[in-house]
Amino acid sequence: MASDSNPDADAEPPEPTTSDDADRGDEDALRRIADRNPTRLGVGRSGPRPTTEALLEFRADHGVARDAVHSRVSDDLLKEFGLVRLRTRVADTDQYLARPDLGRELDADSLERLERDCEPAPEVQLVVSDGLSSSAVEANVPQLLPALLDGLEARGISVGTPVFVESGRVDVMDAVGEELEADCCVNLIGERPGLRTAESLSAYLVYGPERGSATAKKSVVSNIHDGGLPPVEAGAELVDLIAEMLDAEASGVDLREDDREFRTE
Amino acid sequence: MAIQTTTPAAGDRFDSVVEVLAKANEVKTGDELAGIAADADAERVAAKRALAGMRLETLRENPVVPADEDEVTRVIQEAVREPIYDEIKDWTVADLREYLVATGTGEREIAAIRPGLTSEMIAAVTKLMSNLDLALVTSRMEVPARCNTTVGEAGTLSFRLQPNDPADDVSNIIDATREGLSYGAGDAVIGVNPVQDSVETTTRILEATHEFIEEWDVPTQNCCLSHVTTQMDAIREGAPADLVFQSLAGTEAGNDEFGVDVDLLDEAHDLAQRRCVSSGPNVMYFETGQGAELSGDAHEGVDQLTLEARCYGLAKRYDPFLVNTVVGFIGPEYLYDGRQVIRAGLEDVFMGQLHGIPMGIDACYTNHMGADQNDIENLAVLLAAAGANYFITVPMGDDVMLNYQSNSYHDAAALWELFDLEPAPAFREWLAEMDLWREGRLTERAGDPTIFT
Repeated sequence: MASDSNPDADAEPPEPTTSDDADRGDEDALRRIADRNPTRLGVGRSGPRPTTEALLEFRADHGVARDAVHSRVSDDLLKEFGLVRLRTRVADTDQYLARPDLGRELDADSLERLERDCEPAPEVQLVVSDGLSSSAVEANVPQLLPALLDGLEARGISVGTPVFVESGRVDVMDAVGEELEADCCVNLIGERPGLRTAESLSAYLVYGPERGSATAKKSVVSNIHDGGLPPVEAGAELVDLIAEMLDAEASGVDLREDDREFRTE
Repeated sequence: MAIQTTTPAAGDRFDSVVEVLAKANEVKTGDELAGIAADADAERVAAKRALAGMRLETLRENPVVPADEDEVTRVIQEAVREPIYDEIKDWTVADLREYLVATGTGEREIAAIRPGLTSEMIAAVTKLMSNLDLALVTSRMEVPARCNTTVGEAGTLSFRLQPNDPADDVSNIIDATREGLSYGAGDAVIGVNPVQDSVETTTRILEATHEFIEEWDVPTQNCCLSHVTTQMDAIREGAPADLVFQSLAGTEAGNDEFGVDVDLLDEAHDLAQRRCVSSGPNVMYFETGQGAELSGDAHEGVDQLTLEARCYGLAKRYDPFLVNTVVGFIGPEYLYDGRQVIRAGLEDVFMGQLHGIPMGIDACYTNHMGADQNDIENLAVLLAAAGANYFITVPMGDDVMLNYQSNSYHDAAALWELFDLEPAPAFREWLAEMDLWREGRLTERAGDPTIFT
């Protein structure tokens, strides 16, 4: 591009092309649309491509989501809440992602530790698991767990020794609950991160946990994070749900027929 | 279940057609998870060699799930036009590949053998083809379809506008529609995935999108992607739908997981013919994706590519307007990374078009896969070159409702420019009338959603 043979030519450098060459007819209306929407609207363009700022914002959010998948929950958090650290049969994150079957079962050491360190046959066994987002655990468990424990204590419901399962899938709760012969098991697990938030946690609940039980037998409270169902409110909601489950001796579709009936008329 | 028929062509190394098909696949985590993949590349190539020498008749006579156990098999088998099948049944799979890539083979030559092919034959030849083979032959096929607009004609590339909202808020859905249309996206469909699968929500979304389309006289079609029975109830109560949608699987058990069967789909197609507000004749929309059957424990021991082909065999029964694979949505336990997603995307679009269905793609990924936006931009470039009918687009590629990423509204204009393509004709004329399109490019006015207020 520097074909000008005279470097001292006094031609003005070209104006940088505007980073947003759309003709903005109504700036206020555009801001209203962008502000009221959770989607990335009104981001502008240069030619057929997004503005540099919109592109970098997207990359930054994707980076946060990737980090949530690939980072570990800190030992500090486990110590603070006295969570017994367990592992599944997964060797590393790559295997965790490719082999959900290995993330549903505890390794041999963890099975021993469960028997040695955890109180048997509680009414409720609490499991915390990183799942697909360690950030979700770090962000929500410090508020959610005390709310849940206090609420259950106030109702006179006995709670076993809470555990943390590294590289766990939802159904690892079946293995933990079955081993300890708990009446009911709860898994507080990091959800698959989106670009909007990487901190969303789900709580799965099952009455009468046993390995291989169907997904439909589980109840779920999802979207737990500050921008969704706040963790303290989620704690209160879970206490009510656990009490209902223990009372009815059921969970999932056996507790509430909220599964869609597919009609074929 | 397992098909116990031995295949003479396979030699002594493999016990069944199902095993040869599974082991001949390119590497996919889903086949490894199912425990049916080749142990190593040497075995993979041995399976490809066995498959190359297999006759098409062997594939016809050994469907991967027996006809008496599976209605998808019956749909595929009953659709075969026997005289055409008789002409090609002695071909080997290698012969079929070489016919497809030969100089002089175009849409006409492919159309001549299409009615004689089964989904298993199409899956088999796909396993022998390289990525460039797949792109080349896809580019030779032209499978247009018509609802209110026509998509898939030579020289055009269309886009689904996907204005999803995490609260099903119709004003937000319309805002995202405004933004997408201002970038020229939306000629394939304005298609919304609802959070809540109810008649009330479906009706609200169909009414809002229909009213917007009418108000601005947009040559396109709307669709709300709730369960087919929900849409049917909404339509019976008068909701204005241009298309009827459903996700499909490649086995009867997989469709059972989705809450559908052939009788129900027949009924939906019949209702759509009579009650959709579009001019037709193609009024159905289907989505598919490798791995769906395994995730529902309904794969019957069959590999995910072959099951994906069978989805298209089922879709063909309903002369659909749109069919797309949602290729990277399902997660890394089925397609691990960008490399596997790109391969699967090329396979799926090729297989769909070879079935004679108007095939597009949702080139997408989730945040727990080893993939990023660059991977799906690569896939979009490959498939725009190959002539896919359409892509999915969401604002800046970020779907905040389904929590995954796909192509962006911006990608539409970049792909048109890169390959000298244009939107569907009627839609392009409308863009020109709106002063959004001039001389094959977006105008200065494009990219501003407020022009539709």
